[in-house]
Amino acid sequence: MKSIKVTAALVAAGVLALTGCGSSSGSSSKTLNIVGFSVLEQPNQKVIAGFNKTAAGKGVKIQGAYGASGTERDAVLGGQKADEVHLSLEPDVAKLVDAGKVAANWKDNATHGICTDTVVVFGVQPGNPKGIKTWDDLLKPGVHIVTPDPGSSGSAKWNLLAAYGAYRQETGSDAAAQADLKKFIHNVVSWPSSGRDATSTFENGTGDVLLSYENEVILARQSGQKLDYVDPDTSLLIENPCAVTKGAPKAATDFLDFQKSVAGQKLYVASGFRPLPGVNVGTETVQGANDPSNPFPAIAHLQTIDKDFGGWSSANTKFFDPNNGIITKLKAANSQ
Amino acid sequence: MSSRRLNRGAGLGLGIAMIWFSLLVLIPLAALVVKAAGGGLSTFGHVLTESETRDALLLTVRTSLIVTVLNVVLGTLIAWELVRDRPIRGAGVQEWLWGKVRVVIDLVIDIPFALPTIVAGLVLLSLYGPHSPLGLHWAPTTQKAILVAIAFVTLPFVVRTVQPVLEELDTDAEDAAASLGASRFTTLRRIVLPSVLPAILAGASLSFARGLSEYGSLVLLSSNSPHRTETVSVRLFAFIEQSNTQSAAALATVLLVVALLAIVVLDLVQRRVTRHG
Repeated sequence: MKSIKVTAALVAAGVLALTGCGSSSGSSSKTLNIVGFSVLEQPNQKVIAGFNKTAAGKGVKIQGAYGASGTERDAVLGGQKADEVHLSLEPDVAKLVDAGKVAANWKDNATHGICTDTVVVFGVQPGNPKGIKTWDDLLKPGVHIVTPDPGSSGSAKWNLLAAYGAYRQETGSDAAAQADLKKFIHNVVSWPSSGRDATSTFENGTGDVLLSYENEVILARQSGQKLDYVDPDTSLLIENPCAVTKGAPKAATDFLDFQKSVAGQKLYVASGFRPLPGVNVGTETVQGANDPSNPFPAIAHLQTIDKDFGGWSSANTKFFDPNNGIITKLKAANSQ
Repeated sequence: MSSRRLNRGAGLGLGIAMIWFSLLVLIPLAALVVKAAGGGLSTFGHVLTESETRDALLLTVRTSLIVTVLNVVLGTLIAWELVRDRPIRGAGVQEWLWGKVRVVIDLVIDIPFALPTIVAGLVLLSLYGPHSPLGLHWAPTTQKAILVAIAFVTLPFVVRTVQPVLEELDTDAEDAAASLGASRFTTLRRIVLPSVLPAILAGASLSFARGLSEYGSLVLLSSNSPHRTETVSVRLFAFIEQSNTQSAAALATVLLVVALLAIVVLDLVQRRVTRHG
């Protein structure tokens, strides 16, 4: 009998301890929690330092949590404290809107909810030994492509849509673009789980081309990693959305405004992001770019998700539906 | 009086053990199964009939089985070398040297266990990747790379379960068997093996279960090509990233059943062998 009582008491104590842990995590009003996709970790340190120098940002302590966009989205859905989110692609924010974490009108502003821009580029091995310049070069037999898996890395979807868009631009038809994309997928030798893993895999010698984001490659080169890159003639504009959460303090909005301001964009540009349209950052020198004094050459055919793919929700279903998406099916058919 | 105190102590111990075990293992596992069952049997059917997931599951189970067999043989051998095979003949220097080598091996054997598995992946990639100094370009596009990765991270299990048993094992019985005319092989089979077999099988089940769940080292060593080099843990991760938690839970439950099955089978083998041994 006694042992049962002891057991019961211990169970009660355990439960109390658990609930106690859950409720004791308060925070001071001057601390902001921001959640971002992994690539932002380094650039944000400078942006946060810059924000703290402004009148609005004085004394605001910002804590960042960074990880794969989908992982961070799920963390916020699961209750992680976030005053601002800055994710890789719009559907991740849309899920937060559905869950009531972010207001439905988050896109009603000058940048349509976008904080950072970049483009899809070809990372190549040092010296570009295979002479890769165009999307057609990627279809040649024996060219090996590394690109993250769109199944596990949301941001990999940008790469595959860029490829599809480029082939559609060249051939003028969806059917021909699909035929080209089939050859493209046939040349993929590795589908790493994330953009970062893809960069590591490529750096270790796998593949001739790494489909990547311009800022990611520039940042890698700034960190001394040995790879070159090529801006293709046709590419897709990558737009990373950001939003404050419901009930966030005013400082969160201040920070978001700073990110989009000229001063904030200059700091992102220094890390390899392209400036937002309409934000004039002047002439910035960007280390790690092919030409640091002219870091972002104009791309002849720069497509956008809204203009060329009908927005994310339709593109997501059309190309990446787990059962019937065009790219899902091509990928499955390739390896059977 | 004294028996009463013992009961209370035992009750307290059992209570703590049960709570700890429940909080860590039983409740999360039950939640997983409930979550998977929430999608009904159709989710399981869907997950298992999807060819990409099935191939990933088969690849992982097959590779883990091969590695487990390798570990049983080589792990036991290594444990034997570490504990028993000290040279009797030879000069003192040689013996001293062998002693040092054994100390080093004894330390190094745990490294695959202590190393973050992603670092293991990096180390193996430099040896078996595109820049391999050995000319073995296995990673990341072949299934051999996956075998190597799983073999690397599971190496210590059989060694570390068998080693202490061998150390405790009295050589008297072996000497007696030998003096009665048993060959070295018969002595091993009839005297040594029955004593260490439970440890070997325990190591084997750990090794198999660990192989099923390996993720970190495969991040760099596997190209994740569907149907060819995609393992079940990567597939699981993809389900989670797609917010397809029901499929993820279903697949995790399938893995749980496979691991449980392996443990039960090994346990039955052990009972059978120790009875007939």
